[in-house]
Amino acid sequence: MTAPILNIRNLSVSYQTKRGLLRALRNINLQIQAGRIIGIVGESGCGKSTLISAIIRLLAPNARIDGGSILFKGNDLLRLDPEAMRALRGDEISMVFQDPMTSLNPVLTIGRQMTDVQHRNNHSKAEKLSRAARMLERVGIADAAEQLNRYPHHFSGGMRQRVAIAMALMTKPGLLIADEPTTALDATLEVQIINRLRQLQGDVGCAILFISHHLGVIAELCDEVVVMYAGEVVESGTTRDVFRNPDHPYTRKLLECDPARIAEATRNLPVIGGTLPDLVDLPGGCVFRPRCDRSIDICRLERPALRGGNHCAACHVAAQ
Amino acid sequence: MSTRRAFFTETFASLKKDPLGIMGLAIIVLILLVTIFASILSPYDPLEVDVYNRLASPTWQHWLGTDQLGRDVLSRVLYGGRVALKVSLVAISVSMALGMLLGMMAGFGPKWLDRILVVCFDTLRSFPTIMFALAIVALTGPSLNTVIAVIIITSIPVYGRIVRTQTQALRENDFILAEHALGASTARILRDHILPNIAAPLLILASMDVPAVVGMEAGLSFLGLGVSAPTPSWGSILNDGYSYLRNSPWPLIAGGMPLILVTLGFTFFGESLRDILDPKLRGKGGDS
Repeated sequence: MTAPILNIRNLSVSYQTKRGLLRALRNINLQIQAGRIIGIVGESGCGKSTLISAIIRLLAPNARIDGGSILFKGNDLLRLDPEAMRALRGDEISMVFQDPMTSLNPVLTIGRQMTDVQHRNNHSKAEKLSRAARMLERVGIADAAEQLNRYPHHFSGGMRQRVAIAMALMTKPGLLIADEPTTALDATLEVQIINRLRQLQGDVGCAILFISHHLGVIAELCDEVVVMYAGEVVESGTTRDVFRNPDHPYTRKLLECDPARIAEATRNLPVIGGTLPDLVDLPGGCVFRPRCDRSIDICRLERPALRGGNHCAACHVAAQ
Repeated sequence: MSTRRAFFTETFASLKKDPLGIMGLAIIVLILLVTIFASILSPYDPLEVDVYNRLASPTWQHWLGTDQLGRDVLSRVLYGGRVALKVSLVAISVSMALGMLLGMMAGFGPKWLDRILVVCFDTLRSFPTIMFALAIVALTGPSLNTVIAVIIITSIPVYGRIVRTQTQALRENDFILAEHALGASTARILRDHILPNIAAPLLILASMDVPAVVGMEAGLSFLGLGVSAPTPSWGSILNDGYSYLRNSPWPLIAGGMPLILVTLGFTFFGESLRDILDPKLRGKGGDS
């Protein structure tokens, strides 16, 4: 196996809050091979956003990295000086945001913004514009050269997200981080964006870290999936393995709650009982135990480690 | 690129639909032209004394009459416009530039810098302008440069605070985060992304600020803190007219009219500009 393009080892991040230290991420391990698409799923507040903020080193001011390393092409991002990190952002690592309505500057034309992201290149302005137009065509925007003169408010949500994707891929990054890029879009657009992303990923050859809580999208798009719960990775493996044979009870429940999987009509959609544990005052043992219906004695006492080869889960019951 | 031109043509096209805005613009253009070409348009030398013809009412020779030294009031008003124009142009552009710089530093920089700058802004704002001007004049003596300096010092906090607030609101936006994530430097974000977003409110503020600055110059000159004696300024014309009000009302009226015109022109234009440039007000008729 070749060295992964992104290798996160034992990453822990916490936030300084008035109530105390909120331990948002604890001992995260994650590998992304070049050119693969990795999905991260988990409910709100499980640390997905903190994880990507840590990767691009744009954490909130009250965040603290407690330990671990994030190796990108062999360099530890956490030890890079801010200038070097800035040089990586938008060049080697790009990002697409959740809400396309707010992620583009409203007072600048699309063309201006798309030439702006090429600020590191020494091409002429005309060359930058034509590259921008070609990129827009590749994300499926018709009449691209004409569209460069327009402002974001001339575009619909789906179009804007395509523009955002085009902007992110402009520099042919090694890693594209997509933070719920389809959550703000409706279902038909979602499919279009997903197909486009997959196609572009094949062309550009970048790895994608895809955050979503839409399991269908993950299943459709991703090669591998990482399930996060309360700041920990609870299960990871190929999408097929994790979705067909979920080992961790949380993954299993998450799949049960996916409306797309529910066969018969029901008024009450299934839910996972209970709430996320308090990350300031973590319970001992397994973090999922209070909500788990299969817990055994050892779950109360010992924190389960991630066990297994390519498909691994952090669960005492599954390990037995 | 053609987008900037498009911005101006679009703005002008919207302006054409607003009669008050067009009127404001017409008044502004008129004042600018008359002031710039004062030396050609003035029928007399504004300093030429004619003691046999003092405090005359308007005649065909002197359209606005003469003052207590027999000087032609119309010529003095036209030349006085130069003072007003110079003061407002210099004072507003300098205070806007400095206010923008400091405001962006406060709004985008670290918290401690923000606190320091806000305290400075508030301290400057808390001086009563006239008292402040009196103090400065006592130190340096009355001159036009003193007036400009006083106006700049008291206006910086106004621009600074607005820019700071706007910057703070903008920095939380996703597109700024997106720019960070795409590797833009702070200078680049401020120049290319914050500045275009705050340009419109600044422009509106500057336009509305012109009458205030012109009025302040007139006020300070009226009090004898501005231009020195023979130089005509709207304020000094007012002052002369006020002293001889019992003999002739014309100098006072002549000195006051341009102030009223400037105020109306820039206020109409500024409000119209605000309605056009503020997309939230667009299409709502935007009355104040």
